[in-house]
Amino acid sequence: MKIVVLWTDAMIFALLAVGFVSAWYIRQRPHLMLPWQRVAKSSVGMVSLLVLSLFLCVGVLDSLHYRAALPAQNKGQTVYSPEVLSAFDHLVDGLRSRTEKTYSAPLAAYLYAKESMETPDGKVVRDYPRLKYGGAHLNDPERELEGDVVQRAVLGALGGLLGSLLLFIAANKALRRTAPSPLQGEGRGEGRSSANTSRALLIATLILAILIGAIANLASVYHVLGTDKVGQDVLYLSLKSIRTGLVIGTVTTLVMLPFALLLGVAAGYFRGWVDDVIQYIYTVLSSIPSVLLIAAAVLMMQVVIEMHADWFETAAARADVRLLCLCLILGVTSWTGLCRLLRGETLKLREMEYIQAAQAFGVSSMRILTRHILPNVMHIVLISVVMDFSALVLAEAVLSYVGVGVDPTTISFGTMINAARLEMGRDPMVWWALASAFSFMLVLVLAANLFADAVRDAFDPRLNRAEA
Amino acid sequence: MGLPVRRSPLPLSRFKSAMIAYLIRRILYAIPILIGVNLLTFALFFVVNTPDDMARIQLGIKRVTPEAIVKWKAQHGYDKPLLFNARAEGAGKFSDTIFFDKSASMFVFDFGYSDDGRSISREIVTRMGPSLAIALPSFLVGLVVYVSFALLMTLFRATALDIAGVALCVVLMSVSGLFYIIGGQFFVSKLWHWAPISGYGDGGLNTLKFVFLPIVIGVAGGIGSSSRWYRTIFLEEIGKDYVRTARAKGLSEMRVLFRHVLKNAMIPILTGVVVVIPLLFMGSLLTESFFGIPGLGSYTIDAINSQDFSIVRAMVFLGSVLYIVGLILTDVSYTMVDPRVRLQ
Repeated sequence: MKIVVLWTDAMIFALLAVGFVSAWYIRQRPHLMLPWQRVAKSSVGMVSLLVLSLFLCVGVLDSLHYRAALPAQNKGQTVYSPEVLSAFDHLVDGLRSRTEKTYSAPLAAYLYAKESMETPDGKVVRDYPRLKYGGAHLNDPERELEGDVVQRAVLGALGGLLGSLLLFIAANKALRRTAPSPLQGEGRGEGRSSANTSRALLIATLILAILIGAIANLASVYHVLGTDKVGQDVLYLSLKSIRTGLVIGTVTTLVMLPFALLLGVAAGYFRGWVDDVIQYIYTVLSSIPSVLLIAAAVLMMQVVIEMHADWFETAAARADVRLLCLCLILGVTSWTGLCRLLRGETLKLREMEYIQAAQAFGVSSMRILTRHILPNVMHIVLISVVMDFSALVLAEAVLSYVGVGVDPTTISFGTMINAARLEMGRDPMVWWALASAFSFMLVLVLAANLFADAVRDAFDPRLNRAEA
Repeated sequence: MGLPVRRSPLPLSRFKSAMIAYLIRRILYAIPILIGVNLLTFALFFVVNTPDDMARIQLGIKRVTPEAIVKWKAQHGYDKPLLFNARAEGAGKFSDTIFFDKSASMFVFDFGYSDDGRSISREIVTRMGPSLAIALPSFLVGLVVYVSFALLMTLFRATALDIAGVALCVVLMSVSGLFYIIGGQFFVSKLWHWAPISGYGDGGLNTLKFVFLPIVIGVAGGIGSSSRWYRTIFLEEIGKDYVRTARAKGLSEMRVLFRHVLKNAMIPILTGVVVVIPLLFMGSLLTESFFGIPGLGSYTIDAINSQDFSIVRAMVFLGSVLYIVGLILTDVSYTMVDPRVRLQ
């Protein structure tokens, strides 16, 4: 086995590291903890965070890539498979490898298209053939299918329930040992709201565990969401799309943040010609319709990648570089909004008395910027980062449809929708691929939107709060 | 005279001349921005992808002789240096280049010819109509629907109705725009046969039934984010002192909302709305390509797919011009709704 670190993998791990370091940093400082405690009190925010972290787990597992070693042919020299797999692929190996011939409906035991088959006595019949894997353990699907599905779903749900209960007991014990129960807040109102949050989290965890248990148990012998044109499991495709969505939503932000922060703050603080130049740059960039700018840049990138096919060892590496470039391009087109906001806020801040006092004391500009201005604009950065995430996930689907999105071999919501688009016109209709892509995307984006709202409510200083 | 007269802050003649001076300055300021836009697209298209590469792509990758490339470049005007012509004299050092040739004509809206030999300017003029036929009604109907929905939520603020409305908005804005189009086409056209799936008709009356569905979908797609945004604006206004005064005078809540809040909320609404009006000409990329409407949006998509750079460049330029026009219009409209704002 040879470990492969793709560019976007590195980016994701860098982001995770940044996340952990800042969480540790914030934990040390009560004044930075305060808004996060407000987020923790919002039931909607916490439940959506739970859903988001599930997605994140899938995404991170899907970012640990490797190439399996092939059975040795050359003496002493191991040859690696050209196919790049991830830890997630390994985990759900059954889903990945059990491909059918073509379309099959969710939880079906038969193929969706008729085929000529030879019966044992030599006659040729045109009928729906049995699936190779879906429901293959049944003797007579017509009769047994329904009962078996229900039985497996219930068993799986019970398993999920049991698992989550064990988890609760363990978590409760750990909590009791380290800290007083979170249910006993200081004030009465506070106690009630955090009790509400705990209850909401509890219920959400139970529901999710039951759902995951049932689906996991069913997925071992069925195609829960059906299969697509080339017989791939749609559930597998949807789960794989999560990573692409997360990469687009987060890496893009990582790329644009330094520009927006540096230029926005500099423009607001130094004014004069610095401001003029930076304003000129972002007016130029934002005056080009963003889809067109993205399209133009992606077209160019495609040409470059095609001309230098020898740069990449595997097809996955090439698709990955394309994904990274898409993030870069999206970052370049989307930093202007944040930059403008930061410039405005810095313009306001630099007239504040404490900044003027610092200037009068002869504190250097660099130090004023990093010590006084930067911490006071961070809430804007945070809010816009979380708000941008869902917009970027949605944008990926549209761009892939237009043909300027991710590489066609990359599994993403956009490529799934694009491939499934024509299936609506088929008769009988193939709806499951589209429906799963849209519903996975809806859950991800909805959770992100709700979490973003909770974060904005907690961090926005314009909202007056009694406790502040 | 006794009657209260509402006056503009400046005498009319001075107001007019200030406005004209302002407009001239803004238009002059737009020129460097447009040059920047051109430089950027130029760099994207020609520095990464040299004229030789373009010729090779156009002529087919295989069996290209150097002579054929030279000929193609001469035919399409790519046989000059890119940015700086060292061999020319005086100003010709800059003007006798591909960049100057290809950009200078854009400033007088002469976009040249597409790769299949048609005049881009003529295409733009003929395709503007269908684009507007979709974009303008979507915009107007949308504005009315979003503002009324937001007003309704504001009227019932902090009740279950308001919370349900906001929740609905969040769900609606989390749905992919592609879903509105695909779902709309499926239900309205395929299942219920209320409107044709796609097409544009002959431009006369029968076009009405073709544009119905795209307009409805265009309006529906924006309900979530726009209504929520307008609701925030209204709620911000409603906390202000003048609203309390109006209520203290005994005005009904409806009157307060419609006569006072709506008027004052116009200023933040205008910032977001006026800037997109000129861009309506560009049409919508997605809607037009899904519904097969022969507008500028589908023109652009086709150009992207066939890698016709002259069309993409023309559309980028047109888009930036319209955006700048939108910015100027925004400022001008401020002075009309808010007498405190003066043009400097």
